[in-house]
Amino acid sequence: MIVYRHSAMVRLTHWIGVICATLLLLSGLQIFNAHPALYLGQASDFAQPIASIGTAQKDARLIGVTTVFGYTFNTTGLLGLSGPSNDAQYAFPSWLTLPGYQDLAIGRRWHFFFAWLLVIDGLTYLIYSLVSGHLWRDLVPSMRQVRALGHSIIDHLRLRFPRGDEARQYNILQRLSYLATLFIVVPLLVLTGLTMSPGLDAGFPFLTNAFGGRQTARTIHVICAFALVGFVILHVLMVLLSGVWNNVRSMITGWYVIKPETHAHDQTG
Amino acid sequence: MTKRVDRRRALATLAASVSALPLAGCDLFSQNPSVQKVLDSAESLTMRAQRLLVGRQALAQEFTEADISAHFRANGSTDPDDDAYQALAQSGFKDWRLQVDGLVEQPLQLSLEELRALPARTQITRHDCVEGWSCIAKWTGVPLSVVLQRAGLKPEARYIMFRCVDSPDQLPDAPDEYKYYESIDLIDAFHPQTILAYDMNGAPLGKAYGAPLRVRVERQLGYKMAKYIIRIEAVQSFKHIAGGRGSYWADRNYEWYAGI
Repeated sequence: MIVYRHSAMVRLTHWIGVICATLLLLSGLQIFNAHPALYLGQASDFAQPIASIGTAQKDARLIGVTTVFGYTFNTTGLLGLSGPSNDAQYAFPSWLTLPGYQDLAIGRRWHFFFAWLLVIDGLTYLIYSLVSGHLWRDLVPSMRQVRALGHSIIDHLRLRFPRGDEARQYNILQRLSYLATLFIVVPLLVLTGLTMSPGLDAGFPFLTNAFGGRQTARTIHVICAFALVGFVILHVLMVLLSGVWNNVRSMITGWYVIKPETHAHDQTG
Repeated sequence: MTKRVDRRRALATLAASVSALPLAGCDLFSQNPSVQKVLDSAESLTMRAQRLLVGRQALAQEFTEADISAHFRANGSTDPDDDAYQALAQSGFKDWRLQVDGLVEQPLQLSLEELRALPARTQITRHDCVEGWSCIAKWTGVPLSVVLQRAGLKPEARYIMFRCVDSPDQLPDAPDEYKYYESIDLIDAFHPQTILAYDMNGAPLGKAYGAPLRVRVERQLGYKMAKYIIRIEAVQSFKHIAGGRGSYWADRNYEWYAGI
């Protein structure tokens, strides 16, 4: 059976969001490389970053080091020191930054352009979700789903995905992860990003103070960026495991093939 | 043995070049003038949005003495390679003069003593560097508006330029287009927190922080707050000055409007 699963608006805002998030991440890592340390509070206590990436001398050789909450790790090859002959002193390696060479100015240009595009994309999606009922129909879990949460987790761990009528809609783990990403992580990224602006800070100081100061906001911004990366890894993994072509086609054309319920599935539930 | 090492090296080189391919594409994009122009369009959108959302007179947050940073990082030039400047510094800037000219009714030459005799404002503010860090310090100086009112702006003046003695590229006796300069529009120039600071944390401004005079533009990033100012010039346009983008760093692809 083939069903129309994703509306044109969801598909469009999804793919524009993918482009924005990718370029924002790569240019964000470029910006981070200009000062690869995170702090708490309004100002930077350079002697006590809560996390930092840099280099150190070990046995008369330079190594890449990453320090998190006082714990130091040798991250040569990836963080601090990277490149074909491990001699490029970038915090995040060249292949993860936009542009690939060190250029804060151009990194900022990419970041702020796609930040605007993401905000427009996000607001379009938000208004559409509210007006069309997508939010309540597809994202907010039903009571029946909530009651079956434990069951759904076990099914996911056994890589057994919904079939038949159940597959017509997002399951509860999808709903919860999409809600958390779209309505918590992304808004936090946008708000902490705005908080770092000295211009907006003059107009909305309560926002900066609500996050615990500009440097805390910057730290939350980076943590949320990695939370988003974590979501994307899980999301892509689930796409790969639950029928990659069917999923990708439905996100491009809208049409999704539902497999009939099997005996095995009937027996379990 | 050598053969194996060679092969390994060849494979490593191949892997490195293949993985660099898509990025090389991105880098070409980054350097393409029309791509840059599209990306740059975000700047005027940001500026207009911020001017719309944030009142012209809205003040940047001010802090308490307890919040002042123990160590305030100094970026850019910290000791200008300029003989005339160093000679002035030797004598405690006794013979230093701030020149105020351009589109003004009454050009001025002000000594440090004369600046200190003008009405002063003290503010404890957070300095946000474009690199991402912040430091807090107490700044005392004369509001730029006081100096501009004395000189009297001509009606066609649109921007206030700050000319500095330093050249961050460390070129000794650099030509003017390689010297640090900045500009702000009249909204920021007449903002109450825009001051020509001569004191930092209650003591005369140190050399690393722009002695004897720097500007504070508290609603923008650190690079707007030019150090080692010797001349303030009112202009109608900055298109003809140095790289034509209104600031040393704007000429090097940074935003002229640094409110973000």
